[in-house]
Amino acid sequence: MSTATTHDEHHDHGAPSGLMRWVKTTNHKDIGTLYLWFAFIMLLIGGAMAMVIRAELFQPGLQVVDPNFFNTMTTMHGLIMVFGAIMPGMVGLANWQIPLMIGAPDMALPRMNNWSFWILPFAGTMLLSTLFMEGGGPAFGWTFYAPLSTTFAPASTDFFIFAVHMLGFSSIMGAINIIATVLNMRAPGMTLMKMPLFVWTWFITAFLLIAVMPVLAGAVTMMLTDRNFGTSFFDAAGGGDPVLFQHVFWFFGHPEVYIMILPAFGVISEIIPTFARKKLFGYSSMVYATASIAFLSFIVYAHHMFTTGMPVAGELYFMYATIMIAVPTAVKVFNWTATMWKGSMTFETPMLWAIAFVFLFTIGGFTGLMMGIAPADMQYHDTYFIVAHFHYVLVTGALFSIIAAFYYWAPKWTGHMVDERLGEIHFWWSVISVNVLFFPQHFIGLAGMPRRIPDYSLQFADWNMVSSIGGFAFGLAQVFFIYVIIKTIRGGKAATDQVWEGAHGLEWTVPSPAPYHTFETAPEVR
Amino acid sequence: MFAKTLGRTLSVIWGAVLLLGAGNAFAGFSDTLNLREGVTAISQRVFDLHMLIFWICVIACVAVFAVLIYSIFTHRKSKGAVPATFHESTTVEIIWTTIPFLVLVAMAVPATTTLLALEDTRDADMSIQVTGYQWKWKYDYLDEGISFFSVLTTPRDQIEGDAPKDDTYLLEVDNPIVVPINKKIRFLITSNDVIHSWWVPDLGWKQDAVPGFINDAWTELKEPGTYRGKCAELCGKDHGFMPIVLIAKTEEDYAAWVAEQKSAAEAAAGDATRTLTMDELMAKGEAAYNANCAACHQANGQGIPGVFPAIAGSAVATGDVAKHIDIGVNGVAGTAMQAFGEQLSAVDLAAVITYQRNAFGNDTGDMVQPADITAAK
Repeated sequence: MSTATTHDEHHDHGAPSGLMRWVKTTNHKDIGTLYLWFAFIMLLIGGAMAMVIRAELFQPGLQVVDPNFFNTMTTMHGLIMVFGAIMPGMVGLANWQIPLMIGAPDMALPRMNNWSFWILPFAGTMLLSTLFMEGGGPAFGWTFYAPLSTTFAPASTDFFIFAVHMLGFSSIMGAINIIATVLNMRAPGMTLMKMPLFVWTWFITAFLLIAVMPVLAGAVTMMLTDRNFGTSFFDAAGGGDPVLFQHVFWFFGHPEVYIMILPAFGVISEIIPTFARKKLFGYSSMVYATASIAFLSFIVYAHHMFTTGMPVAGELYFMYATIMIAVPTAVKVFNWTATMWKGSMTFETPMLWAIAFVFLFTIGGFTGLMMGIAPADMQYHDTYFIVAHFHYVLVTGALFSIIAAFYYWAPKWTGHMVDERLGEIHFWWSVISVNVLFFPQHFIGLAGMPRRIPDYSLQFADWNMVSSIGGFAFGLAQVFFIYVIIKTIRGGKAATDQVWEGAHGLEWTVPSPAPYHTFETAPEVR
Repeated sequence: MFAKTLGRTLSVIWGAVLLLGAGNAFAGFSDTLNLREGVTAISQRVFDLHMLIFWICVIACVAVFAVLIYSIFTHRKSKGAVPATFHESTTVEIIWTTIPFLVLVAMAVPATTTLLALEDTRDADMSIQVTGYQWKWKYDYLDEGISFFSVLTTPRDQIEGDAPKDDTYLLEVDNPIVVPINKKIRFLITSNDVIHSWWVPDLGWKQDAVPGFINDAWTELKEPGTYRGKCAELCGKDHGFMPIVLIAKTEEDYAAWVAEQKSAAEAAAGDATRTLTMDELMAKGEAAYNANCAACHQANGQGIPGVFPAIAGSAVATGDVAKHIDIGVNGVAGTAMQAFGEQLSAVDLAAVITYQRNAFGNDTGDMVQPADITAAK
């Protein structure tokens, strides 16, 4: 018996060293770390592109880049942030946390886990390589509407299509792994309705991914054959329809936005109860609200297409269905509010980010409701009002939740407390600059500035300049974040097992930093 | 270049800081805060609906934020707050599911009536077809037989910062669309290449121009005036440079404008039989080239490698004249090269082809006359 233990310790209990550790790893913590670093690097690359966009829009006139490259920047910024930063960031959190939170030793399919990560750097590199090709990279917006992305697109578009296919494989495999893990690997006594909300939201998100990533693959495959093999899916001259592309794209694209935000809801639902020292209010209604949002996401997608010439009956249906999403979303915000109500709150860095999330996501949610009103959307559509809206839900929503998650779980990952003062500087710097960046975009959008333009008429000059100044400050704040991350990994106050006074859940029962292997013997959940 | 931009940028920032610091209302800040009310009954209804939803959202937002802020300041550990133990209430959940639902129903009612009015294009007095091209608009007056293109006129040096920008910077065109007031005008909107979107904010809507399909929309203006808008759907490189200028005239002025357009069209038709000299062709050709070709093939004829072919030294511009004319008139199917036969007059096309064959070092010495173009059409 003792011999067997020694044997185990030599070969299984520590992390192998060297580069090959990371290439060959099947450990959920290693893979989670890889995902998070990949997401962070992509965040910085996509952020650099945003800086180019804001520099060009700082003043009217063309100063920094030519219009074609500007379009490439908006396109690549969107694609990289969605597929490179937010989605892998959320998968990284899932990899680290789901096994720890349900008492599992690892993900259910560890080898596939390795593969689903290692596809990403290649897909990302292929996507970025289009920037250096003759004719430039994709310049048709992250929504790549046909025929601009088919007949009228540069040659590099075929590389973009292949990159999207690979990203899709990665996401589908990641989703299968999460479903298999949640269904099969829970510790004894961990019933579905006892699972932490972060696990629930990811479980539901994984089904969304499996349902819609193949639809995206279908859309890009039709593009591929339209471009190269003489089909006419999106070409009216051959009997096709350019608007068909938008139907297929948004059938993927709308659930996609919930793919990015549902795990964020999960993160916030973990953090707020911890720092309010009070159980999450309405746990089961939170689960049902998440499931309702996921279901509704499939049947509202054409609200992105109110101006394409839909029949009025279609517009009415999609308007009614869309504004219904406000109900489960409101329930979530009310539940977070009720969780904080009569709690005993402290405001460590993760809580600050979580509270900012609740406030700012709510603003993004309300502008989303306004856009659901079809006749008003005839004015809002394709303006900076839309840009402001989706940056409030994706930056101050999804991205803030990932940053909050870092501050919340980093002590468990690294064994060191994050320097509270640095975290608070990062928070206030970000939360002020992000509002200077995006709030004025509501104004210029309503006043009539279309999105995706490199130059604008003079009435929009003042607020664009304010927005750009906020943009540069927000960008710089995330460079500061690199320092915070590296400092935390290198050292800091030792974290206790429980880390936070009000923390509950299985991940807080293992040592900090979490050992390479955890829950080899399943814990008992009562 | 960079130092110049930086210097200019810093001076502008400083100017803005001074103005704000002095408490001056910087007009641009306060004028661009909200949706435009517009100039039609529909745009007014859309604006009112927008304000209604806006205020509902503001009230709901303030209510939630007030509770949150109160809680943040009161229920904190540093003030000795002891956490309550409640964490569930079906009654409360039902209440706060029902209330938003009822509010939404209340919002849906005016939204529905406005939408139905907005989409009712029946019983129009006249129809204008609007066609999007990369990167200009074409207007066909179906009842009058008038047809013309509308192209940005903002000079390059204003865009590149070498000249001061006018008030109508990027909002000015050569041939505005002219409409009469007090008539229900139906727009039939389509595209020749990619998807565009025709948007004049003062009319209260935008409508996508989809190649191969026709969408319709309508307006009825009450006051003469000039209303400006832009393409709203990303349509390629110069998406930001295809504005719309709509001029509403009284019925008499509109009738005069129609008569003027018709006689101008007849005069142009007479031109098509003239024979021009090389100098005339080159001068007209350069102007037409810069207005119609330079966006893609560039002012120096070098194109953009991998995207738009060069004219300088190209096989087409230095080879068979008939093939060159054919491409100019009929375009190249499946590419961004449009059929200019319907866009430009025979004179302009002859001139631009002559120009392409003799500028940029092509020096073929070939001359193309309007009659050659007419023969090829």
